[in-house]
Amino acid sequence: MLSSRGGSWMFAAAAVVTVFLLDAVVFTQAKSFEDVRCKCICPPYRNITGHIYNRNVSQKDCNCLHVVEPMPVPGHDVEAYCLLCECKYEERSSNTIKVTIIIYLSVVGALLLYMLFLLLVDPLIRKHDPYTQPLHNEEDSEVQEMRPQADNSQARGNTVLERVEGAQQRWKKQVQEQRKTVFDRHKMLS
Amino acid sequence: MNGAGNLMDFLDEPFPDVGTYEDFHTIDWLREKSRDTDRHRKITSKSKESIWELIKSLLDAWSGWVVMLLIGLLSGTLAGVIDLAVDWMTDLKEGVCLSAFWYSHEQCCWTSNETTFDDRDKCPQWQKWAELMTGHAEGAGAYVLNYFLYILWALLFSFLAVSLVRVFAPYACGSGIPEIKTILSGFIIRGYLGKWTLLIKTVTLVLAVSSGLSLGKEGPLVHVACCCGNLFCSLFSKYSKNEGKRREVLSAAAAAGVSVAFGAPIGGVLFSLEEVSYYFPLKTLWRSFFAALVAAFTLRSINPFGNSRLVLFYVEYHTPWYMAELVPFILLGVFGGLWGTLFIRANIAWCRRRKTTQLGKYPVLEVIAVTGITAVLAYPNPYTRRSTSELISELFNDCGALESSQLCDYINNPNMSRPVDDIPDRPAGPGVYNALWQLALALIFKIVITIFTFGMKIPSGLFIPSMAVGAIAGRIVGIAVEQMAYHHHDWIIFKNWCRPGADCVTPGLYAMVGAAACLGGVTRMTVSLVVIMFELTGGLEYIVPLMAAAVTSKWVADAFGKEGIYESHIQLNGYPYLDVRDEFTHRTLATDVMRPRRNDPPLAVLTQDSTTVEDVETLIKDTDYNGFPVVVSRESERLIGFVQRRDLTLAIKNARQKQDGVVSSSVVYFTEDAPQLLASNPQPLKLRRILNLSPFTVTDHTPMETVVDIFRKLGLRQCLVTRSGRLLGIITKKDVLRHMAQMMNQDPESIMFN
Repeated sequence: MLSSRGGSWMFAAAAVVTVFLLDAVVFTQAKSFEDVRCKCICPPYRNITGHIYNRNVSQKDCNCLHVVEPMPVPGHDVEAYCLLCECKYEERSSNTIKVTIIIYLSVVGALLLYMLFLLLVDPLIRKHDPYTQPLHNEEDSEVQEMRPQADNSQARGNTVLERVEGAQQRWKKQVQEQRKTVFDRHKMLS
Repeated sequence: MNGAGNLMDFLDEPFPDVGTYEDFHTIDWLREKSRDTDRHRKITSKSKESIWELIKSLLDAWSGWVVMLLIGLLSGTLAGVIDLAVDWMTDLKEGVCLSAFWYSHEQCCWTSNETTFDDRDKCPQWQKWAELMTGHAEGAGAYVLNYFLYILWALLFSFLAVSLVRVFAPYACGSGIPEIKTILSGFIIRGYLGKWTLLIKTVTLVLAVSSGLSLGKEGPLVHVACCCGNLFCSLFSKYSKNEGKRREVLSAAAAAGVSVAFGAPIGGVLFSLEEVSYYFPLKTLWRSFFAALVAAFTLRSINPFGNSRLVLFYVEYHTPWYMAELVPFILLGVFGGLWGTLFIRANIAWCRRRKTTQLGKYPVLEVIAVTGITAVLAYPNPYTRRSTSELISELFNDCGALESSQLCDYINNPNMSRPVDDIPDRPAGPGVYNALWQLALALIFKIVITIFTFGMKIPSGLFIPSMAVGAIAGRIVGIAVEQMAYHHHDWIIFKNWCRPGADCVTPGLYAMVGAAACLGGVTRMTVSLVVIMFELTGGLEYIVPLMAAAVTSKWVADAFGKEGIYESHIQLNGYPYLDVRDEFTHRTLATDVMRPRRNDPPLAVLTQDSTTVEDVETLIKDTDYNGFPVVVSRESERLIGFVQRRDLTLAIKNARQKQDGVVSSSVVYFTEDAPQLLASNPQPLKLRRILNLSPFTVTDHTPMETVVDIFRKLGLRQCLVTRSGRLLGIITKKDVLRHMAQMMNQDPESIMFN
C-alpha cells in the first residue's frame, strides 16, 4: 500500500516536472533563428512563372515588398504583382519538436526493451520457481499478494530492490487479470 | 438523523479500507455524498480552533481547483506530444528528413528556399525511401518500393501498438468512452484509469494513428485525460478516498480531453455534460470549464501544428450561406443518420462476432490483417494515403486562388483582377473531376474499413473516421451544387441568390456540415457537436446549417434505433449502466422485481443482537451477496439497517486479530448497548459503526417506474422492500438492470458483474 502511494507521488511529480520542462523549452527558445518565417506565394504574372519566397523577417515586415527579393518586375509593376502575392507569417518551435520526438522515441525504446525482458529473459530466470496461478477467489487474493514477497525475504533483507520486486509482481498479477478479462473471457472492451 | 451519527463514526477510520469497494462493483452515491458532507463539516468545525487548521481548511477548499490545473497542464502537454509524434511518424511511412530526422515532411521543408510554385511540398532535405535507397525518385520501381515500405512501416507500427497493449495494459485498447461513461455512472473498474494505462495508451495511440488505420485520437484522448484526473486524485485524500468526489473530477477531466482533442474548450464542457457524465452538479461545470481552459492554453503554447491553432483542420470562412442551401444540408443530415445506423449495426454485429467466436482468439493477427488491408488499399489513392486529419483539413478548406491541390483545380478567369478573398464561382477543371472519383472511392473504402477497425485491441477513436466520411460526402455534394449553380444560373432556385460572377457556394462548408451530420449520426450528440464544430470554424453564422444537419441526422438515426454507438457498446459488453435517457413505462411493481422470489430461500439477514461471529462467517462464506440487511429478530423481521459485505469481512478479520476475547462463539451486536449475556459467554463484538442505519426503503407496492427513477437520480446500489416495517426483500441495481433488459426483450443474463 505504502509503496504504491509513493509510486504514484513520484509519477505525478515526474509528470509535472516534464510539463514544466517542456513549457520552459517552449517559452525560452520560442524564436530562434529557424523558427519564424514569412512565406509569400506569388502566382504566375505575365511571363513570369509562379514563385515561393521564404524569409526570416519579423511579423510587421511580413509583406510582399520586404520578402520578395529580387523583385522580378520593374518598378511600376511592383504594386500589381504584389497584390497577387499571398504572405503568411508563421512560427514554430523546433526545439519542442526535437525534444518531444526524442523523449517519445526513448520511451518507446525503453518499453520495448522491458517487453523483451519480460517475454524472453524473465521466464529463464524464474524457471526453478514456476509461476503457477490458480484462478483465485476473493479470500485468497490477499494471501497470494503476500506470498512472493515472503518467499524472497527469506533470502535477502528488506531492501529497496526487494520492495520493487514485490511491486513488480503485484503489477504483473494485475496485468494478467486484465489480460484474462479482455483477451480471454471477452468480458470487457470487445 | 441517525445516519449522520453513524457516518461520523466512519471518519474515525477504525481500520483501513472500510468504505471502499471491490473491483467490478457499483458504488453507493448516497453514502459517498454523506461521507463527504461529514468530512467537510469536520474540517469546518476544526478550522475555528487554530490558524493552522484554518489554513488546512483553505487548502482543502482549493484542492479541487489545483487538481483541475494539474489535469489541464498534463492533458494539454500529452495532447501536444501526441500531435507532434503523430505528425512525424505518419510521414515516416513515406520518407525521412535528412537534415534532422525528427522533422516531419512539412517541418523539414519549412525553411527551405528550394520549393517551387508547382511542386510546393518538395524540397531536397526530404527524401522518400526509394529516393534514399536507390537514388531514383520517379518511375515504377520507386513507386513499388515506396508502396512496399509504406505497408511495412504500417505493419510495424500496428504490431508494436498491439503488443504493447497486450503486454503492459490490456485496458488501454478501444476508445474508452463507453467504459468511462460506465465508470462515471458509479462502477468500479480497477486499473482502468491507472498509470500504466495512461502511459501505454499515450504511446500506442501515436503508433495506432500513424499506422494509417482508419481511427482517430479524439476518443482515446478523453480516456487519457481521465487517467490524468485519476492520477492527480491520488494526491488529495479528499478525492482519493471518496469515489463520488473522484467522479466529479473525472467528469471535468473528460471535458479537458475533448477540449484538447478538438481545440474546443466550451464544446468539451458540453460534451462532458451531454455525453459522458452521469452526475454533473454546477460546481463540476465550473471546474470543467477551468480544466478545459488550462488544457487548451497548454496545447496552444506548445503549438503542435505551427498554425497557432489547436487542431489541424481549423478553418475560417467568410462567405454567407443562403436559405436554399438548407435543402442539401438537410440531405447531408439524412446521409449522416443513415451512416450512423449502418455503422452502429454493422460494427456491433462484427464486435459480437469477435466476442463470441474464434475471431476473438487472435487479436494480434486481426490488427495485423486489418492494417495490411488498409495499407494496401489506401496507398494508391492520394486521399486515403495521407493521415485522416489532413484529409479532413483539405476537405474543409475553401479553395483560394493560390491553392495547389487537385481539389482546387478550377479554371480561372484570366482577367480576374484581385483573386484574394471573394473568388466567384468557377467551372471545375479536370483535376476536380479526377478528385471526385478518388473521393468517391475513398468514401466507400472509409465506410467499410472503419466498421472493422473500431473495437480492435488498440486505442481507436471514431470521431475522425466518422468526420472523414461526412466530409468526403459533403465535399462531393458541395462541388455538385457549386457546379450546378455555375452552369445553370437561370434555374429558379439559383436565380435569386446566385448571379454570374458571385461567390455563392462554399464546398468546404458542405464538407463541414457533412462531418457534423455523420458524427451526430454515430454518437447522437447535438448541442456539444454543434458547439465543437462552430469552435472549429470560428464563425457564428454557420450555426443554423450545422444545427439543421445535426438534428436531422439524429432524427433519422433515432428512427432506426435509439442507441448511439457508445450505448450500444455498453450494452454489448453488458456494463451495468443505468441510462438516464431511457424511459421506463412498464406497469410492474417493486414486489415483482425484488429478491427473494416466491420459490427462493428466504433472504439472508443478520439479527441485531443474537448472531455469533461464526454464523456471520458462515453466511459470508456460503453466499455471495454484497450486503446483508439487519433486523430486530427473525420472528419480527423489523428492519434496523444494512451492512456491506466487505465492511463486515474486514471488521471481523480486524477484530479477530486485534481485539481480545473475540472468538467464534462471540455474539455480534449492532445495538447501542451490549446485550445482556451470561458471564460465561465470551466477549461480544460491537459492529454498530459499520451499520448503515438509513438504508433506502420502498414499500412493496411502489411502481417500478418510481423505483427506477430513484435508482437513477440518487445513484443507489440497493434498496430494501418493506411492508409496514417488515422486511420483505431487496432490489439491487443489477435486479433493476435485469428487469429492464427483460422488459425490452433482451437477455437479462448478459449484464455483467454486480
